Amino acid sequence: MPRRIAITGLGAVTPLGIGAQTLHERWAAGVVGISNGAGACSEFEPKDFLSVKEARRLDRFSQFAVVAAGEALADAGWENQVPYDRARIGCVIATGIGGIHTVESQHDVMREKGAKMVSPLGIPQYMPNAAAAAVAMKYGLQGQMYGVVSACSGGAHAIGSALRMIQYGDADAVVTGGAEATLTEFGFACFNSMQALSPSGVSRPFDARRDGFVMGEGAGVLVLEEADAARARGARILGEVAGYGSTSDAYHLTAPEPTGASAARAIELALSDAGITSNELSYVNAHGTSTQLNDAAETAALKRALGDERARQIPVSSTKSTIGHLLGAAGAVEGVATVQALRHGVIAPTLGYEVPDPELDLDYVPGEARELPGANGASPLALSNSFAFGGHNVALVFRGPGSL
Amino acid sequence: MSATNTQQVESRVIEALASFGPDESQITRQATFEELEIDSLDLVELAQIVEDEYGVVLKGEDMKELKTVGDAIDLIVARASS
Repeated sequence: MPRRIAITGLGAVTPLGIGAQTLHERWAAGVVGISNGAGACSEFEPKDFLSVKEARRLDRFSQFAVVAAGEALADAGWENQVPYDRARIGCVIATGIGGIHTVESQHDVMREKGAKMVSPLGIPQYMPNAAAAAVAMKYGLQGQMYGVVSACSGGAHAIGSALRMIQYGDADAVVTGGAEATLTEFGFACFNSMQALSPSGVSRPFDARRDGFVMGEGAGVLVLEEADAARARGARILGEVAGYGSTSDAYHLTAPEPTGASAARAIELALSDAGITSNELSYVNAHGTSTQLNDAAETAALKRALGDERARQIPVSSTKSTIGHLLGAAGAVEGVATVQALRHGVIAPTLGYEVPDPELDLDYVPGEARELPGANGASPLALSNSFAFGGHNVALVFRGPGSL
Repeated sequence: MSATNTQQVESRVIEALASFGPDESQITRQATFEELEIDSLDLVELAQIVEDEYGVVLKGEDMKELKTVGDAIDLIVARASS
């Protein structure tokens, strides 16, 4: 029987504002975090959280990670005392692209002033592991520490890696999540050339009129602890990471395999890892990017994995409808949102969903937030999906706090 | 280098060091880099500014010997004059 893994802290910096509670409340209230075709963290001011020295040594994506991690650790009750041997606390933080703001600004310096003027702080800021390193350094985490890279599924892979690290016994706790900050002119140009972004700047997952995703930035962080240890120290349990499954499409650089077979297998693996069937699921937090291809393939995958009939019964909503697509941070921010849904018993809606697509016939929670069904009376369970360019498929099963 | 230029170098160095994080009021000639939490990466950045603006080259070995703000100012002024 693998060790059970408790979630004891949540943190988030998103286009909806600062904080994991802000994310949940504003999404449930139907607030749209997107404006002018992007999900920017416009409420984020580095000087509110970081010293001058800290801020200038952190690319924006690392700044988000450090602040979200700070919130999660305080949430877990760690600010006065770290409850485990530091050498047994891991740190795994994903990103899709890493420090592109820094790459661009230093590249400009090189072009304008010459190679000798490139900052010695360039690489330490733009290397994709910088967020993990920054969180570990600031909070004194000395176990296994690294970044995870799998594009739009990185954040979910990070949570899966953290889960296995504790289950295997390599750590007692892990601070895990994802961070992304790619809202630059070049970032937009790259995604626009692929025709991946919504020309209308509207994120409306699963809707018949969906025309691409809206890019967002931010970070989500979770504190995971071995469940017996968390209980022994009197931690407040927010939920549980109950299962993890991951596969590879081996199909196309960017398009998902249309039958959703490999994605369905990731979901099945996660359910099996959690020891449950689709009957026990109360909610699906979809990858739901608002692209023609993903939303169709994901619907097919859900039907394959959960069963046609059951898939139509379980409410499915997408966080991307409110904050856009946070790339490497998405899987983690959406994990935070899913944990919030389970503990507060509220499913937030898929914003902007008005015109059903005849091919996509699941319950995508249009309109308003609704109560999360308690399933069979035990702690409710939810599935969170993340699929990525490159053919990465990750599914996580989360459980509400009641049974730990 | 004239007295005015030494003054200019001193203000420029203090301005640069302040931009790295420490409080400007703490940056005196006697202050050590350690007290100001100025590390080797900061000193490399300082060396870049100094080379770009004064044409003075400060190498790794030079930077290792510098303990105080005054040491840095004096070295820059000395190199600029030679």
